[in-house]
Amino acid sequence: MERLKTFLRHPTGMIGLIILAAVVILAICAPALFPDDPWEMVAAPFQPPGSEDLPLGSDMLGRNVAAGIAYGARVSLTIGVASTLAALCIGVTIGAIAGYFGGKVDDLMMRITELFQTIPGFILAILLVATIGPTLTNVIISIGAVSWPPLARLTRAEFMRLRGREFVQAAVCQGQAPLMVALRHILPNAISPIIVTGSLTIATAILIESALSFMGLGDPNLMSWGLMIGASRTVIRQAWWMSVFPGVAILLTVLAINLVGEGLNDTLNPRIARKVRNA
Amino acid sequence: MRALALSVTGNRGVAIAIAIAQWVARFVAVVLVIATFNFVLVHAAPGDPAQVMAGQSGSADEQMLAQLRAEYGLDKPYPVQLAIYLKRIVTLDLGYSYRQQRSVLSLIAERLPATLLLTCSAFLLSLAAGVSLGTLAGVRAGKWSDTALTIVSLLLYAMPVFWLGLMLVLLFSVKLDWLPAFGYVSIGVPMTPLQRIGDIAAHMVLPVVSLGAVLMAIYARLMRSAIIDVAHQDFIKTARAKGLKRGQIIMRHMLRNAVLPVVTVAGMQAGTLVGGSVVIETVFAWPGLGRLTFDSVLQRDYPLMLGIFLVMSVIVILLNFVTDTIYRIVDPRVSLRAAA
Repeated sequence: MERLKTFLRHPTGMIGLIILAAVVILAICAPALFPDDPWEMVAAPFQPPGSEDLPLGSDMLGRNVAAGIAYGARVSLTIGVASTLAALCIGVTIGAIAGYFGGKVDDLMMRITELFQTIPGFILAILLVATIGPTLTNVIISIGAVSWPPLARLTRAEFMRLRGREFVQAAVCQGQAPLMVALRHILPNAISPIIVTGSLTIATAILIESALSFMGLGDPNLMSWGLMIGASRTVIRQAWWMSVFPGVAILLTVLAINLVGEGLNDTLNPRIARKVRNA
Repeated sequence: MRALALSVTGNRGVAIAIAIAQWVARFVAVVLVIATFNFVLVHAAPGDPAQVMAGQSGSADEQMLAQLRAEYGLDKPYPVQLAIYLKRIVTLDLGYSYRQQRSVLSLIAERLPATLLLTCSAFLLSLAAGVSLGTLAGVRAGKWSDTALTIVSLLLYAMPVFWLGLMLVLLFSVKLDWLPAFGYVSIGVPMTPLQRIGDIAAHMVLPVVSLGAVLMAIYARLMRSAIIDVAHQDFIKTARAKGLKRGQIIMRHMLRNAVLPVVTVAGMQAGTLVGGSVVIETVFAWPGLGRLTFDSVLQRDYPLMLGIFLVMSVIVILLNFVTDTIYRIVDPRVSLRAAA
């Protein structure tokens, strides 16, 4: 409760939360606002914004750009959250094992993490999607597979920090299994920095998703922001609105998530936040 | 003190040798792991590996597939296949692109210079701009220019690279008509060598700026906080008490100390840079590896895709090496730490 109040007083965090709430509402209400299929041709092609019933214009196939943006919000948010969850599963597991056991296990886990940080993640994501096929699930898996290293490093550091504390030692001495100690005693105490980094991972995931669909590697059955920009980039000279508005949607969503993430950081990790401010 | 200094110089040669050996070991490890990964990917792809390598064109005739199977030993057990594959990689045989009817290595070699030109320019530009803007903001923390930097970097963080590129095209090519939007050099215009260089430079501006902008924002923010950190330390107070001029303090004492975290992060961001070049080259029709990636993905040209992935990873490791070297030059203590 106390933390919620602190967050509500965080100015930029609140701005982010308001924008994000608007995007979420847009995503939920998309079918109510635009009953027509976003792929449907509803007007003449190349109608500029402000034309009748088309606040953001129509695209080269006469589809409503505003409807595309509303339905695209669903795709972006779903993929952002789901692939972050996937990244959390991989990253927290690897980080927890490394930090809990230390020694050779830690060495091996960190080598793998470093390797994934060295190889260009976006190109790996392209390869994965191209190999296993561009469906919603596969895009989520591929983005998750390239987004986990920072989460693993963070979890490892937290586990190492908490591993030697008395309450953890006590649990180990009682004979509790490592999995129990990790889940019951260490993870709850490490959760707040993981939440903060996780929220920022959602933002990165949305950016990767938009780049993938821009390259034509998104799920071809789903209307998404990156796809809209990719499809209309060749006509940018005649029709700026088709590329500008979906991009603004990405910009606002990612910005909002970043601001919320920073706000969460200041509220959940007040000690770190204060240290940074004093420095 | 002097004895210590002597022992330091004596160790330096050894330290550098160790550092290089470590780096070579890492290079080899990464190349082998990525080659193994590529191998797994080919086998994970739906369909017969020989078909996958042939580009899943469906037009691949039995004879060609049989030849591929023999060449890669596809009827042998997996470990043997992997060994054959790794041996080919080590001898720089990246396979054959059946789609383009050329060897993958020659296709990559042809496109590599354009990509290196683009990524290295963006890397250097983002580093130089980020360090100078960050220093400016750091020494003026709290003033309007500092706030402006914070807002601009927040916006840049949230922007997809390809969209930034398109917006720059919209502004500088479509509306203002200052800079060319597409390609590498003007086609069909007779030019002297000097004009040609100028023409390529004009074509480079937009892609380099869009690719480097986000990194610049990251470095600027880091540099800013590092400068603020350093400004409170005792040796800066001493320098000020000695009566050194502000400019001298910033250049000699603050910059060198504050730039270290930026260099570290620059090395870590090399992958982002190379990945970003794929979308940027697609946007600007830049004839480099990124565009080749795009084409190979569209055509599901596996040998080419995998070859590019390997080469792009090697570029990242090389960029890491460059940042490591910069770090060593800026902070001579590092080589000592490695030796200890």
